Amino acid sequence: MASYIGSATPRVDGRAKVTGEAKYAGEFNVPGLVHGYVVESTIPKGRIVRIDPSGALEVDGVIDVLTHRNRPQMADKDDAYKDEVATEKGSPYRPLYDDIVLFSGQPLALVLAEDWETARVAASLVKVEYQKAPHVTDLHTERANAFAIDKPEKPRGDAEKAFASAAVRHEAEYFIPTEHHNPMELFASTAIWDDGQLTVYDKTQGVQNVQQYLCGVFKMKPDAVRVMSPYMGGGFGSGLRPQYQVVLAVLAARALKRPVRVMLSRAQMYALGHRPATIERLALGAKSDGTLDAMTHEAIAVTSQFEEFARNDTGWGNLLYRSPNAKFEHKLVKLDVPTSCDMRAPGAATGVYALECAMDELAVALKTDPVQLRLQCYSDRDQGADIPYTSKQLRECYREGAAAFGWDKRKAEPRSMREGSDLVGWGMASGVWEALQMATTVRIVLTANGHAEVATAASDIGTGTYTIMAQVAADMLGLPIDNINVKLGDSTLPQCPLEGGSWIASSVCNAIANTARAVRGDLLKLAIGMKDSPLAGAGVDDVALIDGKIVSRRDATRAVSIASAMQSGTADRITREEANKVAEDKSHARNVHSAIFAEVKVDEQLGVIRVTRVVNAVAAGRILNPKTAHSQVMGGVVWGIGMALHEETLFDHRFGRVMNANIAEYHVPVNADVHDIKVIFVDEPDEMVNPLGIKGLGEIGIVGVAAAIANAVYHATGKRVRDLPITLDKVIQFN
Amino acid sequence: MARSGAAKRVTRMVTVPEKIPIRLTVNGNRMELTVAPWTTLLDALRDHLDLTGTKKGCDHGQCGACTVLVDGRRINSCLTLAVMKEGAEIITIEGLAHDGELHPLQQAFIDHDAFQCGYCTSGQICSAAGLIAEGKAKTADEIRELMSGNICRCGAYPNIVSAIQQAMERS
Ligand code: FES
Ligand code: FES
Repeated sequence: MASYIGSATPRVDGRAKVTGEAKYAGEFNVPGLVHGYVVESTIPKGRIVRIDPSGALEVDGVIDVLTHRNRPQMADKDDAYKDEVATEKGSPYRPLYDDIVLFSGQPLALVLAEDWETARVAASLVKVEYQKAPHVTDLHTERANAFAIDKPEKPRGDAEKAFASAAVRHEAEYFIPTEHHNPMELFASTAIWDDGQLTVYDKTQGVQNVQQYLCGVFKMKPDAVRVMSPYMGGGFGSGLRPQYQVVLAVLAARALKRPVRVMLSRAQMYALGHRPATIERLALGAKSDGTLDAMTHEAIAVTSQFEEFARNDTGWGNLLYRSPNAKFEHKLVKLDVPTSCDMRAPGAATGVYALECAMDELAVALKTDPVQLRLQCYSDRDQGADIPYTSKQLRECYREGAAAFGWDKRKAEPRSMREGSDLVGWGMASGVWEALQMATTVRIVLTANGHAEVATAASDIGTGTYTIMAQVAADMLGLPIDNINVKLGDSTLPQCPLEGGSWIASSVCNAIANTARAVRGDLLKLAIGMKDSPLAGAGVDDVALIDGKIVSRRDATRAVSIASAMQSGTADRITREEANKVAEDKSHARNVHSAIFAEVKVDEQLGVIRVTRVVNAVAAGRILNPKTAHSQVMGGVVWGIGMALHEETLFDHRFGRVMNANIAEYHVPVNADVHDIKVIFVDEPDEMVNPLGIKGLGEIGIVGVAAAIANAVYHATGKRVRDLPITLDKVIQFN
Repeated sequence: MARSGAAKRVTRMVTVPEKIPIRLTVNGNRMELTVAPWTTLLDALRDHLDLTGTKKGCDHGQCGACTVLVDGRRINSCLTLAVMKEGAEIITIEGLAHDGELHPLQQAFIDHDAFQCGYCTSGQICSAAGLIAEGKAKTADEIRELMSGNICRCGAYPNIVSAIQQAMERS
């Protein structure tokens, strides 16, 4: 039987998605559904002096208006609001808790009505009077108040001294503005209250995280709360923490004892969390032979006034480039905005952008080819922990990426390549991310008719989890993929971590392998118990499940069909639940790598920038499904294009509010912005990283892409733009 | 559902309008429903007819997730009031497959993995059906341009273009 692992299997949920059958959190039209509409704050900081719902309450069809004054009871301790990814320091935001306004767009009231339009119009009639307090929302004006946080990366040598005496130096600041995830699906929750039992359909990347959070906030018993998310219309990190609409939906369902849906508007989603605006300072010092001697990376990032959110922006250089002297610093600035949150490749998308632009600038200063510089500085060890990698085929990424792109035809001089009225620029960058595994349990129920159900409380946020679970289970159980039924997105299923950090594929698939092995053991026992069993004396690892049979690995003619083994034991089903084994071994670094090559064409007169070609060569261990893997990396590249050229949440700092809280003025790439994207998976067998050799792909696709594009824009125009996004006004004065 | 009856003055600013009976043909089925004049075609489909295959991504005509075919033309159903479409023929994503056989575009989207999360997909497919009917797009660049009203945050664009090309060739 052909192996499904490694084959370009079409998505098993494809049909549901192209026919409109797949149901998302806001699409459960249960009878008697009440619709909630949020009234949000129009100031960034202060107190509610008075909130008057009377206008709303007079509207025909309005049932109630919930505010901090009349809401049902909620927990009063911080711990109850701490979800799995809550920041270590700080107090999580509590929706509708009290009269304090912490950010613009904060929910202040929930209008509940028999239909959505009525709730919406009534929401506009709720009057709020504030006592305003002075606010700050601008990272640049507040950077003097930045404070350093503890970082794991230790300094090495004396980076300042080495930099001062370096033959060639580059030092600069780079800036990444606030960005918003903008998944296509609006955040929504449907809460169904049934006599003390609560079922919630939620837009989330972690059903069990939300379930535990709701139990804490509402002091409910775990078996009284079930959270479901069979499909999710994009997450990108925005659905890692429970968002406020789920609290409001549950509050209302408890208050009314009726099912309630709360769906946010696109504008309201700009108050959920964001990639923090970040200033990155790089100081690189090289010897005249082009090897690094000094590396300093400092980041100053935004967090809220009430939580300290920070990710690893500065440590990536330790993984990529050898430097005897190095120093890292991470600072935070507290602003009157919602707490920043994870957004695709958090820390790396921003930190590696700055690092890889700085390396490009150093290559220019050294008059070295950018690929050559990276090879000269290549590190075979994680210098932070001073350990080797389980695998690192980054050299091969550079080689295959450059070859596919045609990098050898690049003329080094900026503004030296043209095509008609366009300046042509070629740039490159490296990418790096982690290859983690988290504790995960999978249940398999195998029935005598050769069908199996494979279940864990994962989410498939579009990454293809349904499909790879089916592929791995089909191979491990020796069944056709159509006989595998995958269940996920339900908090009552076996324990599974959040869908994030690129760890789901490795965690879930290794757990499937372990569970399938246990199932195989049970089958073997039954087979051995048969009269004159051809498998007598075999151990669980002496046999494999192939084509519906238990087959000796040594002699394929010795086999027993699954059906007859089960029949002989009068078992109509085998149920097993096992976990993956998360390595304790810290002797090797576990990372995924990439090399990105980008071509831009810049209209010389107008400054219009188009990304005409991108090659992303990725070394990510075993690729389970080239089709969905390709889509994930391609999507990451599209995100990199947005980050480089389009995306920026714009504030009016006088009011402390977002000015472009919609998907027309917050620009994301559209079809016409995206041209030729080539994804290469470099061969990287790795049995050490985890038994199946899976490294994960969710983040790596975006890392380094914005840098490759920024470097290409420099190469095209001779103008170095260090603050993203690179809009045409920033390059237009290049003559 | 909100009480119907004579328009009722609520506050100094807002009155709740009276609901109006309308007839639509949706995916070949004649439907009668009673909607408020401010109900969009999108909400009528999703909330009144439980046809949730048509998606809401912005409610402002900015994303294309709500694209449906009205009398053969692609429109953003969030920018259209249901009452304006009295008597119209509407095709949604639920109406493209026939007797369990997928529409060539639906099959092409699966073949080319032209989606990830699937939330923009109904709109992309309906929009592509409209695009093919318009007959204007011939090249990949023209497809890109004329499909740019449909945002895909997952970034499936190159695969969407390939899928549309496949369906065009076969239609
Ligand atoms: S929902 Fe209609 S265009 Fe976005
Ligand atoms: S498939 Fe997710 S937005 Fe297009």
